[in-house]
Amino acid sequence: MTPLLQVTDISKYYGSRLGCRGVNFDLYPGEVLGIVGESGSGKSTLLNCLAGHQEPDSGAVIFDTRADGPKDTVTMSEPERRMLSRTDWAFVHQNARDGLRMGVSAGGNVGERLMAVGARHYGDIRGTAIDWLDKVEISDERTDDRPSQFSGGMQQRLQIARNLVTGPRLIFMDEPTGGLDVSVQARLLDLLRGLVRELGLSAIVVTHDLAVVRLLADRLMVMKDGHVIETGLTDQVLDDPQHGYTQLLVSSVLQV
Amino acid sequence: MINIENVSKNFTLHNQNSVVIPVMQGANMLVQPGECVGLTGSSGAGKSTLMRMVYGNYLTQAGRIMVGDLDIVTALPRQILDLRRDTLGYVSQFLRVVPRVPTLDVVSEPMLAVGVTREVAHERARILLTKLRIPERLWSLSPLTFSGGEQQRVNIARGFAHEYPAMLLDEPTASLDIANRETVLSLIEDAKARGAAIIGIFHDEAARARVCDREVDVSIFTPKAA
Repeated sequence: MTPLLQVTDISKYYGSRLGCRGVNFDLYPGEVLGIVGESGSGKSTLLNCLAGHQEPDSGAVIFDTRADGPKDTVTMSEPERRMLSRTDWAFVHQNARDGLRMGVSAGGNVGERLMAVGARHYGDIRGTAIDWLDKVEISDERTDDRPSQFSGGMQQRLQIARNLVTGPRLIFMDEPTGGLDVSVQARLLDLLRGLVRELGLSAIVVTHDLAVVRLLADRLMVMKDGHVIETGLTDQVLDDPQHGYTQLLVSSVLQV
Repeated sequence: MINIENVSKNFTLHNQNSVVIPVMQGANMLVQPGECVGLTGSSGAGKSTLMRMVYGNYLTQAGRIMVGDLDIVTALPRQILDLRRDTLGYVSQFLRVVPRVPTLDVVSEPMLAVGVTREVAHERARILLTKLRIPERLWSLSPLTFSGGEQQRVNIARGFAHEYPAMLLDEPTASLDIANRETVLSLIEDAKARGAAIIGIFHDEAARARVCDREVDVSIFTPKAA
């Protein structure tokens, strides 16, 4: 089986400051990789480099494209990369406002992604949009409301619908449950797990919430000061951490 | 089916003066299909540790742990995930699931993961939950709101939902009443009859005597204090 994503030796500096350095991993179809670490550990920088939002200083991000097989997304042309990010990739921002168009209706937010990949039939677009809103538990009577009238949790679910409507194969998530009520978090986690299983999605999830990665991610990568210090099965890394920093991280979680 | 050869394990506590605690040395064990081996030894002797090493939940420093054709000690995470999905089941003492997911779905999940349709999975989940005396009115609720004993039975239903060729059972009968204990023991006997290789921890001696073909005292694998 070909990996969906092969990441080799990704480094990114901000001037002389280190963002992340020498990151390597493979991601296979249907796999969820969690990346944890404290603020400033380089996890968001890494995610942005992988998703083409930032250009890494070195390294390759090889994505198994539908048409041409494995291709380095760092060196591909900008239009090609933009096409990928509209079709095969999705990016769920921590702040739903960064991933939504706040002045457009909920249905429009979802439909817009479909139009970007060539859908033109209004009835079909609206039908698919309502179908996806239903999947993320937004009732169809809210289709014509703007996201600004939604609660934070609903905005986050709308963002997920908008991202998944085009049937991406890889989804990048930056703190997808950050800032949400725990009750909403749980529903979102269940939704994401169901989608991963039913659609065979692969995902890379950046978070600092260890409980979230335990439930969501198959594999875990721990970052500190721009480096990956430990990787492995999620439950193994959390239950038998090998690196001193990971041990500190795991033992510092407050029990409810 | 499960073959443990010359296995050792240390814990290194980096934040507590980098103390190295050897917990297991030279462990050997073989479990054939259709056989159930009980782990014994006092609390802290390493019964659960050995079980977690077989599951890949704890890393192993040396030796080989073969489950089927896969060596857990050197396997990639992805290979262990595949093994856990298809071949190796684990019933832990605690239920760990996404909050707010209905019990019926919690029990069905391992079957959905191997490609069973939702209808068939739910049907089998209903049969298991009925056998384990979880009242039907609770099936649509999250098990996290249940009593300890009910959670444990949901955990067992989930553990036996897919017919794994190899299983690890950590105290499956603890805190169960007589009727439910009987149900769990018969589930274990059924699993053996279809050829599952099982490693179990039972504090309940009568239960151990009934389902285990052999016992292994893990204290003999405990390194002597230097």
